[in-house]
Amino acid sequence: MSAPHIDIDHLAMLSRLALTDAEKTKLTTQLGDILGYIEQLQQVNVDGVEPTAHATPIFNVLQADEPRPGLSVEDALRNAPAQRDNMIVVPRVVE
Amino acid sequence: MSDTPLHFKTVAELSSLLANGSLTSVALTEAVITRTLAVEDRVQAFNSHDRESALNQAKASDARRAAGRSLGPLDGIPIGLKDVIAVRDQPLTASSKILANFVSPYDATVTTRLRDAGMVFWGRLNMDEFAMGSSTENSATRITANPHDLTRIPGGSSGGSAAALAAGQLPATLGSDTGGSIRQPAALCGVVGLKPTYGRISRYGLIAYASSLDQIGPFGRTVEDVAMLLQAIAGADDRDSTSFDAPVPDYRAALSAPRERPWRIGIPKEYFGAGLDPEVATAVQNAIAHYRSLGAEIREISLPHTEYALAAYYIIATAEASSNLARFDGVRYGHRSREAETLLDIYFKSRAEGFGSEVKLRIILGTYVLSSGYYDAYYGRAQKVRTLIRQDFTRAFGEVDVILTPTAPTPAFKRGEKSADPLAMYLADIYTIGVNLAGLPAISMPCGFTTAGLPIGLQLIGRPFAEADLLAAAHAYDHANDWSKHTPNL
Repeated sequence: MSAPHIDIDHLAMLSRLALTDAEKTKLTTQLGDILGYIEQLQQVNVDGVEPTAHATPIFNVLQADEPRPGLSVEDALRNAPAQRDNMIVVPRVVE
Repeated sequence: MSDTPLHFKTVAELSSLLANGSLTSVALTEAVITRTLAVEDRVQAFNSHDRESALNQAKASDARRAAGRSLGPLDGIPIGLKDVIAVRDQPLTASSKILANFVSPYDATVTTRLRDAGMVFWGRLNMDEFAMGSSTENSATRITANPHDLTRIPGGSSGGSAAALAAGQLPATLGSDTGGSIRQPAALCGVVGLKPTYGRISRYGLIAYASSLDQIGPFGRTVEDVAMLLQAIAGADDRDSTSFDAPVPDYRAALSAPRERPWRIGIPKEYFGAGLDPEVATAVQNAIAHYRSLGAEIREISLPHTEYALAAYYIIATAEASSNLARFDGVRYGHRSREAETLLDIYFKSRAEGFGSEVKLRIILGTYVLSSGYYDAYYGRAQKVRTLIRQDFTRAFGEVDVILTPTAPTPAFKRGEKSADPLAMYLADIYTIGVNLAGLPAISMPCGFTTAGLPIGLQLIGRPFAEADLLAAAHAYDHANDWSKHTPNL
């Protein structure tokens, strides 16, 4: 692979991060360094190798679909930045 | 035992004193609080603590014991949790500004199990923000010092858990380990730390960093203490579908169980190459010699894909992190920007203000490796390399019982030495990361000190869910050497 192309504005948008120009410059350099290091994986022969998503031999875990107590409304809202009438308040989404 | 101050006694010793009535939980908890406050201005291991809550728990423990209803060997013993594990009604910050005012509405499963064992919660311990780091310098709350040399870092990300234990501020702590975050700080602070098999312990109530790698584990002064703590928290949990329903044996009893044949210990040549500090190498060779003198059979082995583990880790871990940390959006909990006018603004600005620079870097890197056009070349390839790394270990365990390596390539480094260069910092985890990719259990224990007085750690790696064997192999060395008696002068 050639030197990776880094579109920091696109990545910041996907990541939902408002970055300053100074942060963009620094992150682009750091990302370039790390991608350069990661490049060594291209040397490994992975033909016919299955991917590992996690290391435990567990696949489907099923349990009975029965209701049980969860967080109370009060507990669920105790860390909400803004709330009213048992709901979380956000700015208007639809004009 | 008698001349060790209370704050440097082991959990096993404290358990005996509580059981025979020569110590109360209230007296012990008060001693722990006094010691914490006496050295905390130098160590800076705690994000928060709650004296009234701790003393109330201690009183309840003493009352249970007086009524003949003790909850077992850990009842009344204080423990501190890394500030990434939920304790109901206590702050939970992950050492991040984005959770600066968060109070947990529920208990993690490990917290529930420690309550059921009667342990007394004292303190929320500092860490690298969201467990991303190897020095605890990425904390947004404070900089924790290594108790053996206050100008040096304690390791990370569970630096507060290791430093508080080494400093005598707590007799036991919990941390979490995604790429070495229990074992590396344990090594650098001269204590014992266990990263259990992936699935051995429920992750319910652990703030997620990389879900396929994260595992909670105990820190203690001795392997025996770690075995006692593991006993309390191990086992399946229907709130974490990745926890595994394997039997939980009696880990403490296994430490001294007779063995039918000598240990076969594998020494992977890839873990002793360039970059290994000579004093660390010597201490580890001395430990190998000690095992040989105990009758162990030492075999050189090869884990040929070791050199690719760090690269695979930084793709997989950051990919998972970029997804996990999407939940911090300023809407339901956590920091919400005061500058935001639209919903989209809330996301962008709350995250920009709340996350530190290393967290932003890892979110950006994870987003990159998952993004359209790069997914197969990075994430897909890393998952295949992960398979090869697992197969290396599986093959090795066909001929050996445990694998012995250094825990970290160097002793504790100076504060600020690597903080400007993420890649240099990542190399601090080079010997611990393969274990997480393979999902294996591994322990770090002290194996000596440098001439400058810095602790050196030895890592033993075991087969999946064979913690009993791993702990027994570690105990054989730890019990005979007793490095835990070398406490820092604070």
